[in-house]
Amino acid sequence: MVTLKINDQEVKVAAGTTVLDAAKKLGVNIPTLCNHPDLCVAGNCRVCVVEQTGARTLIAACAMPVSEGMDIHTNSLKVRNARKHIVELLLSEHRADCTKCYKNQKCELQTLANEYSFGEHIFLDLVEDHPYAIDRSSPAFLKDDSKCIRCQRCVRTCAQLQHVSAIAVSHKGSHMKISSFHDRPMSHVVCTNCGQCVNRCPTGALTEKTYIDQVWDAIYDTDKHVVVQTAPAVRVALGEDLGYDPGERVTGKMVTALRQLGFDSVLDTDFTADLTIMEEGTELLTRLKKVLVENDHSMALPMFTSCSPGWIKFIEHKYPKMLPNLSTCKSPQQMFGALAKTFYAQKRNIDPSKIVSVSIMPCTAKKYEADRPEMRSSGYKDIDFVLTTRELAVMIKQAGIDFRTLEPTHYDSLMGTSTGAGVIFGATGGVMEAALRTAYEIVTGKPVPFNNLNITPVRGMDGVKEATIKIEGTVDEWKFLEGAELKVAIAHGLVNANKVAKAVSKGKVNYHFIEIMACPGGCLGGGGQPIPTSAEIRQKRMEAIYSEDMHMDLRKSHENPEVLAIYKEFLEKPNGHKSHELLHTHYIERESY
Amino acid sequence: MENKGLTKVDLIFESIDVRKVMTKAFEMTSDEIIKEILDSGLKGRGGAGFPTGLKWKYTAAEKEPEKYIVCNADEGEPGTFKDREILDRAASKVYAGMAMAGKAMGSKKGFIYLRGEYRFLLPQLFVELHKFHKMIHEIGYDFNIEYRMGSGAYICGEESALFESIEGFRGEPRNKPPYPTVSGLFSKPTSINNVETLVTAVMIIDKGAKEYVKLGTKDSRGSKVFSISGDTPIPGIFELELGMTVQEFVNEFGDGDTKAVQVGGASGFCVPRKRFADTIIGFEGVPTGGSMKLFNSSRSMYNVLHNYLDFFAEESCGQCTPCRVGCQQLLKGVEKVKKGEAKSTYLTELVKLADTMKVASKCGLGQSVGNAFRSIVENFREEIIY
Ligand SMILES: Cc1cc2nc3c(=O)[nH]c(=O)nc-3n(C[C@H](O)[C@H](O)[C@H](O)COP(=O)(O)O)c2cc1C
Ligand code: SF4
Ligand code: SF4
Ligand code: SF4
Ligand code: SF4
Ligand code: FES
Repeated sequence: MVTLKINDQEVKVAAGTTVLDAAKKLGVNIPTLCNHPDLCVAGNCRVCVVEQTGARTLIAACAMPVSEGMDIHTNSLKVRNARKHIVELLLSEHRADCTKCYKNQKCELQTLANEYSFGEHIFLDLVEDHPYAIDRSSPAFLKDDSKCIRCQRCVRTCAQLQHVSAIAVSHKGSHMKISSFHDRPMSHVVCTNCGQCVNRCPTGALTEKTYIDQVWDAIYDTDKHVVVQTAPAVRVALGEDLGYDPGERVTGKMVTALRQLGFDSVLDTDFTADLTIMEEGTELLTRLKKVLVENDHSMALPMFTSCSPGWIKFIEHKYPKMLPNLSTCKSPQQMFGALAKTFYAQKRNIDPSKIVSVSIMPCTAKKYEADRPEMRSSGYKDIDFVLTTRELAVMIKQAGIDFRTLEPTHYDSLMGTSTGAGVIFGATGGVMEAALRTAYEIVTGKPVPFNNLNITPVRGMDGVKEATIKIEGTVDEWKFLEGAELKVAIAHGLVNANKVAKAVSKGKVNYHFIEIMACPGGCLGGGGQPIPTSAEIRQKRMEAIYSEDMHMDLRKSHENPEVLAIYKEFLEKPNGHKSHELLHTHYIERESY
Repeated sequence: MENKGLTKVDLIFESIDVRKVMTKAFEMTSDEIIKEILDSGLKGRGGAGFPTGLKWKYTAAEKEPEKYIVCNADEGEPGTFKDREILDRAASKVYAGMAMAGKAMGSKKGFIYLRGEYRFLLPQLFVELHKFHKMIHEIGYDFNIEYRMGSGAYICGEESALFESIEGFRGEPRNKPPYPTVSGLFSKPTSINNVETLVTAVMIIDKGAKEYVKLGTKDSRGSKVFSISGDTPIPGIFELELGMTVQEFVNEFGDGDTKAVQVGGASGFCVPRKRFADTIIGFEGVPTGGSMKLFNSSRSMYNVLHNYLDFFAEESCGQCTPCRVGCQQLLKGVEKVKKGEAKSTYLTELVKLADTMKVASKCGLGQSVGNAFRSIVENFREEIIY
């Protein structure tokens, strides 16, 4: 332990603690910008400078480890002067048209400006000297360099958490900026549209591309039937943008709010999550049979999950040789879209050209996914608009809804029924757990041998998780699997996905089934979720997801009555002809820069 | 004030028997080598002036088996060209300094980070390196040196940015601590020294610290190589004993009309005529990595300052706020004041900004922009305004 003094108060902390964290322990707040709990220390914004008695210069609290006997002052004249200068300097390079900015009132720079820079600016305006550009090329997010404070949180996110490095620092001095490879548009580089950088950008420089106005237009258009689906992870995070603490489940209130916003039918992506399990589970069993029993290698093992569009783009760029290993299943969002304009339209007797299909997603990559040319199997654009959890919160505020006082209600019934297995799709390991709950039962006729169906080995926040499930007591059709050990792996965050993909591509591991989610923690940590994010917040959301599962009457996808009905009435059977037409897709090899 | 007057010396370029001194060092223990360097009072010649013996001692104390000796030959400070001359004329002594440092610190591997523009020196340097390797291996050293090329960014001369560059990353300074002696190149304990520092260390081992301390003053031991440019009839490279006043320097190198001397390049200080007599060139007065630029009365100090600020605004790595934006503000600020578009009192705000840059910037570049700015604005205020 190290003892030091901060603002004349003594504090004892473990060696290696930063001055910033030591101050936090005392309740002393030091402002920060480049610092982020998920990322390595940068120490470049310098707003966290504090005075250390005896030191030649001020020190950056976020980057300085404590040492014995340190005497720190966080609010001395020298510190205040420097901090004010630094905030003013940032503003002088910044196009601060806050009222036009998507991050207005949610911006870390603005908060600091409120505290340190009012009245006349000290310094000259430098905005006119910078040829700032706005890149609108990605369907998922905008990059506005005039709002960038060069904190490099995005760069560190993309490299450290996602192993993509689609963006990096280029040029030096006054020209220094965040660029893509050769300044290509973001739509034409390896960017996966995961939005993790958006989640961590302190300002309005990286924001999701918003479709709020288009959705309002559709709602107001009486000629249109607007259906909305909500992804599993939205219900455990939306509350954060509406004044609740992380981890609050707001499913029923959210459904009510969506109805009040004017959507014609409020439906659940969890329904197609359950459907995904039927399709993907069957695909896995088919692959196992083909490869292991029939020695037919036209199908590849291990099979990777395909519900995370950020992961899909990642593998298309970086491991195109392994595309045959990807499940051909569309993501639940896209299955939903394809069914909304076919099955749903037929059942409700609505002209599919009049249906506007909106999805509320924890994800920015889903915006990109919806735009993929393959995603038109209904004959129309299967999903018209994708909104993030954050955008939904904005709509709820715009509509003047007092969210807290809403009475919870249930989803509408056609494509609105789901099970706990669908809900847990929102957490890393959830697809695996849902798949195992179903596949094991199909193969053995018995539920998975875990207490309460909770397959704990596949849960939790470890970057890469592995599990082996021994299959015993098989029914006749699956006898060939008797005694087999099903080896599975789960990775979340593309840096971990890359580890697994690399090991697979080098033949170093022999898994059968691998779940990959592009975002840390899975969809609950998606790029469209409320800001801020941290390991703690994601943990809370995860607990909420599993508690949502425990509160469901049905917890296995194959017991979802609507899923059973849709096979009976429309799809016939998993991986059948119609499924292939509507629910499965193919992938494209992409360049790697 | 200890004042030594102006004395020319010939240590750095003196031709010595390198094999002899390498044999001598081989027979010394690590502690003995470090003690000689500590006793000599040698301070780094790259600009920052950190005691070389201490740096070696700290690096030697690290337990890590893998350590590196890095020679900083990036020489990017405007007006400095002495390291090129040293490499050109005394490369084997540079290599000797590195091998000796390796012996003292338990390192087997050295890297020379050579300024990109000096690439033309490489063929000759390789020939000598080959001979040197052969010679020290015969003596019994287990030490090898490799070259790495810089790519023209001034910031890559800053030690931690230099490591990043060698490691294949963008040259951005790191947070300190950890210091290079603990975690430097490839995160291993590293001793990084300037070209001239290494050669001086060789001369100290050759002649003994006792002999060496006879040169210079208490705070600035020995002699150093100066790169002299600007309004002087005799520009070039001169080795001088430390401890002279700027006046004595100007008497020798000025053209009779010197109004200011920029000591230490763009990141150094501007000494005006009225301070020549009481300013010592050395750590007790104005330190210098070697650059001495003289200005006579025909020069516009506004232009001088503008050039420096332009240089910094371009050469800042751009990562930290005080330096990236501060440089732009200082530059634009003096331009506006000159044009009469900002009040002359705005200079006071800019001086305060320069002070913030000094205490809040991440590395030595941003921290030293204020040196030239303050000393020129304070001493030549009228030239900036009118
Ligand atoms: C912006 C900047 C540029 C530098 N450039 C050089 C350089 O070109 N050569 C050099 O030896 N030291 C340079 N330094 C100093 C180095 O960081 C380091 O202090 C030095 O190499 C240590 O060697 P020494 O102790 O022998 O002087 C620079 C420092 C800064 C902040
Ligand atoms: S990024 Fe922040 S400070 Fe800048 S315009 Fe937007 S809200 Fe305002
Ligand atoms: S969206 Fe994801 S992949 Fe694209 S730049 Fe941001 S972090 Fe990188
Ligand atoms: S885009 Fe955002 S996260 Fe990236 S450097 Fe700029 S302000 Fe920081
Ligand atoms: S002070 Fe300047 S050169 Fe140094 S890290 Fe900051 S921006 Fe880069
Ligand atoms: S928060 Fe410490 S330097 Fe940015």
